[in-house]
This record gives sequence, structure tokens and C-alpha cells, in this order.
Amino acid sequence: MNKTDALIIGAGPTGLFTAHQLKLIGLDCEIVDNLDKIGGQCIELYPDKPIYDIPAVPECTGEELTNNLINQLKPFDIKFHLGERVEEVKKEDANWSVKTSSGNTFLTPNVIIAGGVGSFEPRKFAPKECEKYENKSLFYSVKDKNIFKGKTVSIFGGGDSALDWAIELSKDCKINLIHRRDEFRGAQATVDKMRELVKSGKINLFTKYQLANVHGDQKLESIDIKHDNNEMKNLKSDYVLGFFGLIMQLGPIANWGLNLNKKTIEVDTERFETNQKGIYAVGDICNYPGKLKLILSGFHEGALAARACFKLARPNEKYRFEFTTTSSNLLKRLGKKE
Amino acid sequence: MAKITYITHENEKHTIEVQNGLTVMEGAVQNDVPGIDADCGGGMACATCHVYVKEDWFNKLPKKEDGEDDMLDMAFEPKTNSRLSCQIIVSDEIDGLEVNIPSKQA
Repeated sequence: MNKTDALIIGAGPTGLFTAHQLKLIGLDCEIVDNLDKIGGQCIELYPDKPIYDIPAVPECTGEELTNNLINQLKPFDIKFHLGERVEEVKKEDANWSVKTSSGNTFLTPNVIIAGGVGSFEPRKFAPKECEKYENKSLFYSVKDKNIFKGKTVSIFGGGDSALDWAIELSKDCKINLIHRRDEFRGAQATVDKMRELVKSGKINLFTKYQLANVHGDQKLESIDIKHDNNEMKNLKSDYVLGFFGLIMQLGPIANWGLNLNKKTIEVDTERFETNQKGIYAVGDICNYPGKLKLILSGFHEGALAARACFKLARPNEKYRFEFTTTSSNLLKRLGKKE
Repeated sequence: MAKITYITHENEKHTIEVQNGLTVMEGAVQNDVPGIDADCGGGMACATCHVYVKEDWFNKLPKKEDGEDDMLDMAFEPKTNSRLSCQIIVSDEIDGLEVNIPSKQA
């Protein structure tokens, strides 16, 4: 059981700056994110794309913005829980009890949802029958490559993940690589390597095909793939791997009794609190009249939510507004003063 | 101004007058047409504004830019006539465009 003054869900720019604001005013916090790295959409969707509308930063990429925010947190000791998804939030007296997919639990008076457009989940195959084999014969990531040894593996996708695994597994498996078009978006060197292995017969390549159906009993036996011209092919397959990137899903947040509007959470604009006392929403995931989905708005929302947390975390103290330029309290917390 | 018809997977037709300069995605989102999520807000970074464009229209639209097909690789059930609606800019030339919305975006 981890006790903390505030738990932040989401390690994107808004979550990171909210943590900064909490620590600055003297509160503890921990951060949970479903991704295995810090940065949220900035890192997952546009690490290399320049952003031009961060105040006082004329131009920076998603990755640079993330690194700067991490640097800004350096004076503070903040615990990150990456690769964990928050599954359950339950009221426990004056606190919220929060459980993650890795079995971690947190007890905290304040939960700040800085979840962007939800958690990133792998995109899945379209045919419904695929669910039956998921995590048995059909995977969206590789945890243990040894299970594929000597087997026939059908890999779908046209990016680096699909290509890298096709190349790696072709060493000791029979590989079918299936992609919906002739062009691959992976790194050129990887594409070239794959083409070589196709020439030498190590990889069977099927382009302009997509998965149509899966067959088998307990175990997967074969798959049907369909060409753009509707021609079907049946391929014997022990395993199927799909690499179609990630999609954002609201996920378990939908079940926490919050007022939702499409994929966003309704909040007030004083505390950025939801309809549940002590649960706040900031950044892209929150909604109020006039809401702008800009990173700078997330910073503002996080700063206000952090002050609101103070009341519930330190009910017997009074929050006093201070500037980092002059307050010796704040400068001490920032490590700039003894 | 162009009249755009959005046809949902349930075959409901939504015909909307969309201002020039907006995207086909924005025309849908601003008018509550169901089935176009546009999670990334039009940055060609998510493939959740995926639509199918009727064949005769597909060839008339300006060609896909670099990156759109890469993103379409990730879309739910992409076909040869798939487009990201955030990349189709509305103009008088596309008045009458019909797009079909897939059964889901993810």
C-alpha cells in the first residue's frame, strides 16, 4: 500500500507539470502511466514533430518538451509507475483506494486524471474470432520469443515492429509476413534486410492482403487472408502476431462514476474537480465551457488542481500563495537555498 | 461551401454543408456525426477519422500526402478507397462528396 498526497494518472506533459506544482507547494505525489515511458502523446504520437505554441518556447519537438519537463522535475523526488494501468478507484473513508494492473495499490485523498484521450492499447485485428486466441496463439506484442521456435508464425503489419520480428524470428521459425500494401514504413535498412530474406526464401511475403479469418480448435491451426481483389488464401499458422500500433481507449475510467461527455470528463474551472470529491481531471481529458485542447491549457489546469489538492491533503494547514522568485520556502524545495 | 454526405455503418445519411477550408473530419466532429473519433485532433497521428470514399470520388480528391498511408496501415479494416478525413480539405470542388464511416475506428 502506497500512501501519497496525490496520485497522478498519466505521465504526459500535463501530468508532469501537475507533479511539479504539487511538489512545489509541498505535497507528495506519484505518477502512474500505462505506457512504458514518460511523455504520453508527445512521445507516442509525435516525438519528432515540432510544436510551436508552448509559451516562451518558439519551437520544440514532443520529445524535447518531455525532456524539458522531466528536467524541471529534477529537484523533486517523484515515483513513477510505468507500464501500469489504473484499473479500479474506490472510496475508502476520506481517501481513494486506487488499484493498478500490476497489483499496486495507493491510498490518497486526491486523484488527478491527466490521461489525455485515455490509455494507449494495441490496435487489434478486425475479425471477432481473433479474441478466442488472444494471448494464446495470437499476440500484439512479444513477451517470450522462445515459444515460436520451429513453428509457423504469421506476422501482420508494415512498420518496424512487424519487420524487426519477422527478421528476428526467421532465424528459427517459418515466417509469413502479411501487409495491406506494397510499401513498408519501417526503416529502409530493415525493409532491405526483409526483402533479402524474402529472396532467400526465409520469409514468405504477402502484400495487399489482410486477415480475414482464423481457424482452429483449442489451438490456432490456420488463417485466411484476403487480397484487395478479394482472392482468398489459407495459410497454416501456429501463431499470429499483429503490429498495428497503439490506439487510445478511455478504458476503466469509464466505470468510476464520473460525469462523462463523449471521451472527456466534466470538471469545474476553479479546482478542475469532477463530480467526485477529490478526483480531478486536467489536460485533454477534461471538459468545461471554452475548453481548449492545448498543452498550455493543461499546465494551467494542473496548477489549479494542485492547489485544490492541498485542502484535502493538509486539512489543518492553510495554503499560502507564493512566487518562486521570492519565497524562501519554494526556493528550498527547489534546492536553490539551504 | 460543399455538401458532404456522411454515411454511417448503419446506413444513416448525414448531409452537411461544410465551410471551405475545414476538413471533412471537422465537418463531422462539429456536427456530431457519429463514428468519427479524431482522437489526435487532425494531426494525422491516430487513424481514428478513417473513412471510405466512394470510388468515383476517390480519384477526384487531391492525392494522399506522405504519411497518410502509413497511418492508414493502423486503421480498422482499411481498404483501397480508405482515407483519413482530417486530410481532405473542403472546397467547392468536392461539393457532393460521399464518405462511408467504418463499423468502428479501433
